Order: sequence, then C-alpha cells, then structure tokens
Amino acid sequence: MGIRLIARLDIKGPNLIKSVQLEGLRVIGSPAEHALRYYKQGIDELLYMDCVASLYGRNHLNDIVKSAAEDIFVPITVGGGIRSVDDVLQILRAGADKVAVNTAAVMNPGLITEIAHRFGSQCLVLSIEAKNIGKERWEVYTDNGRQRTGIDVIDWVKRGIALGAGEILITSVDREGTRKGFDIALVNAVSAESLVPVIASGGMGSTADLTGVVLNGGANAVAMADVLHYGRFDVGAIRAAALASGLEVRQFGPT
Amino acid sequence: MGRPEVVVIDYGAGNLFSVRRGLECCGVSVNLTADPEQILRAQRVVLPGVGAFGNAMRALEYLGLVEVIKRVAENNIPLLGICLGMQLLMDESDEFGRTKGLGLIPGRVVPVPTKTTTGDQQKTPHIDWSAIRPSDRARSWKGTLLEDIQSGDSVYFAHSFMAVPSNETHRIAECAYGGHEISAVSGKKNVVGCQFHPEKSGEVGLKILRRFCGG
Repeated sequence: MGIRLIARLDIKGPNLIKSVQLEGLRVIGSPAEHALRYYKQGIDELLYMDCVASLYGRNHLNDIVKSAAEDIFVPITVGGGIRSVDDVLQILRAGADKVAVNTAAVMNPGLITEIAHRFGSQCLVLSIEAKNIGKERWEVYTDNGRQRTGIDVIDWVKRGIALGAGEILITSVDREGTRKGFDIALVNAVSAESLVPVIASGGMGSTADLTGVVLNGGANAVAMADVLHYGRFDVGAIRAAALASGLEVRQFGPT
Repeated sequence: MGRPEVVVIDYGAGNLFSVRRGLECCGVSVNLTADPEQILRAQRVVLPGVGAFGNAMRALEYLGLVEVIKRVAENNIPLLGICLGMQLLMDESDEFGRTKGLGLIPGRVVPVPTKTTTGDQQKTPHIDWSAIRPSDRARSWKGTLLEDIQSGDSVYFAHSFMAVPSNETHRIAECAYGGHEISAVSGKKNVVGCQFHPEKSGEVGLKILRRFCGG
C-alpha cells in the first residue's frame, strides 16, 4: 500500500489559518491560492477543517470547497461542524468526496453508521483529537482540543470502525503546530488496532518525521499543514524524500 | 452545433460535481439527468456512483433506468461506469447479500481482500493512489480509454468492493493491492468501467476522461 500526502487546510471564515496545539490562530492567507499551488505541486489529497464551524455558520467553507473543486482534481475531505446526513449532502454537492466527523460523532455515534450507510464507508473519516494522558494512554478531545470527553482513544477507534468509519484521522493535540514531529506512539497504537487506513496529523517539521510516522507508526497517509503553508518544503521535495527512504508514493509528473 | 454532450446519470449518488467538472474540462457540455429520453439521445453516457450496490440498483430500478442503461449499451452509445458505476455493470454483487447488477460485462462484485497474498492483515477500504498496468502485457492500451496514459501511472481508488470480470478479454488494466490483482478498468465493446476515480486522479485522470469524450 502506498502513502498519501495530504495538505491540511484549517479554515476560519474566509481565511487559511494555522494554530499551535489547535489554539492561537494565525492567518496564513487565501485558501484558494494555497490549495491550487499544492495541487500543481502534486498533492494527493486536500483536507479542509473548519476551526470555528461549531460556533458560527459554515457558508464560507461551502464556497471555498466549491471554488477549489472547479480546478482541483484530487480527493477533497471536509471536516468541522458536520452534524447530520443533510450537512454531508450539502458539502458533497459543493464538491467534497469525504467528510471528517469529530464532535458530532462523539455526541451521537449513530451518525457514523447513518453516514456510512447512505454514502459508503469510504466517504466517512472519523477525526479524533487525542491528548496524551499517561504512558501509552490518550484521551479523545472535541471542539478543536477544547473539550475533554473521558473516552480512551483506542476504544473509540475500535468502536468507530465497527460503526462504519472508513478512515481514521488521528491528530495529536500535543504536537499540532509544534514541528516537533508526530506522536509516533499514538499513531502506532491507533494503527495497530485499525482495520481501515490511518491518517497521521500534527507535528510534522521535516521529511524525516514523515518517514518515521510511516515506518514506525504504521501511518497510511500524512496530513501536512505548516510544513507546506510556511513554504519550508514543497510537495515535490517531500515526495522525493519519501521515495528516497523507500516509501511507496503516487507516481507524479513526467515518467 | 454546440459542444458535444455527455449525459451523467443522476440517480442521487454522491459527488456528481467533480464528475461534471472533470468532463467539462474535456470540452464537452454535461447534462445531469435521470430522464430516459435524454439518456437515450446522448452521444456519451457516464454512470457514476459511490455507496452501496443494493441501494444504487434499487434507485436505478425506481427511476426506471435499468432497461434504459441496457439500451444505451445495445445502441452502441459509449458508456462509462465509474467506481460503483463500474461494479453495477457486472452480473451480480455479494455486498450485503446477493444483488443482481446490469449484466453488461460478465463478472461478479466481491469484497476487496482483507489479507495480503502472504496472509497479513491489510487495510480496507482500499483508499490509495495505485499504479495501473495492462492486464495482458502483450496488448497495449491503444484503442482503449487508456491510450493517452502510461503503464505505471497512478490513479485514485476508494472502494471496499471490486468487480471481477469473468472473461479475461474484458480486462484492460489492473492494479496490485497486497499482492492481489484488482481490475482497474474493464470493458466490453462500447461499455467500459473504471474502478478508480478519473475525475479525482489529477492530469492522468483527465486524459482518460478526454479520451472518453472523443480525444
């Protein structure tokens, strides 16, 4: 199985933003410009996360996705504020291929099954925000790392898959935006229990972090945010580094 | 004379926006419809689809489209099934009990194997960019939808079930997953199916759609 390189675009209102540990939002720029640049560089997938969706409306996000899907022909996943099958339908009509659900799934796990039945498991990414709470133990958080739930991450992974999730997006709140590397122990614990593909998110600072989370954490895909947004690497350089370390990635560009 | 028209059958399945945009990029006009007359008048027809086989067949039956699609095939109108749309072209599926398909390409739909050929657990759904190669190494892709791409090009797959055409001559391209061969493209005369999403496979996918739209 190959490794997917995913650009994660956190959105607030009309802006692409970046946080540290899901807090302290900083405006990066136009989501459209960044998305198109990553597409041209050969990104495998886009992941839009609406940071404040649970607090405000999400019309901006629909517009952002709609305009991206006009010119971008790779899969698009959208998360943030999706609470019902109707919300899913809306965002798929705007051009998304998959939805990522976090808070609403914790509040109502049956939503996972409803979405999977209606649109297929491949359409549903279970998004989990995890905080380390002890040796090899992580707790599920919701509302962008603000709200603790008391739920064990590994238990939630198993339950979510049984309910119909087709992918797991695991975000380490501790590492998010820190560039200190992925929480490999977390990703590895999730991956070991997951029958579905696992997307690692939070902490990538270098291409070595990517290799590490794949080889030692068992990740099937990697979500990258500030490593791309601040232009420290372009997608081509990351792909080349992955190939050089023996990872299987999408063949992109002239053969 | 306007631009050539492609009908995308709209039976309530998933993301038609991207299929439409991908086709529009190929210079055709796109008509999303479930109207039998418009479908039968089309120059080309796309059968999209995500989700469950049984639900999709029931929707097609409810809309009276099963016989219409069979007539599209008989009338020699180019017909492209994408992802679940490819699986629907087969005789029957094992997804949630046995369901009859359109029967346009002989074969069955079975789950993507959860074990590799060496017996290790592997992840499903198969969600990945995978390289595709000719099923028959002796035959090139000349004259097929894949004429403009190269063996080894990567395309985007997202599926838990897969079509297994029973006749070798209908198999056009394969990808490997855990050592198993997955039929990526299969075709019989004017009917062809892609297990992957050409509309989500970057420039490679657009080349495939452009060829379908007449080059």
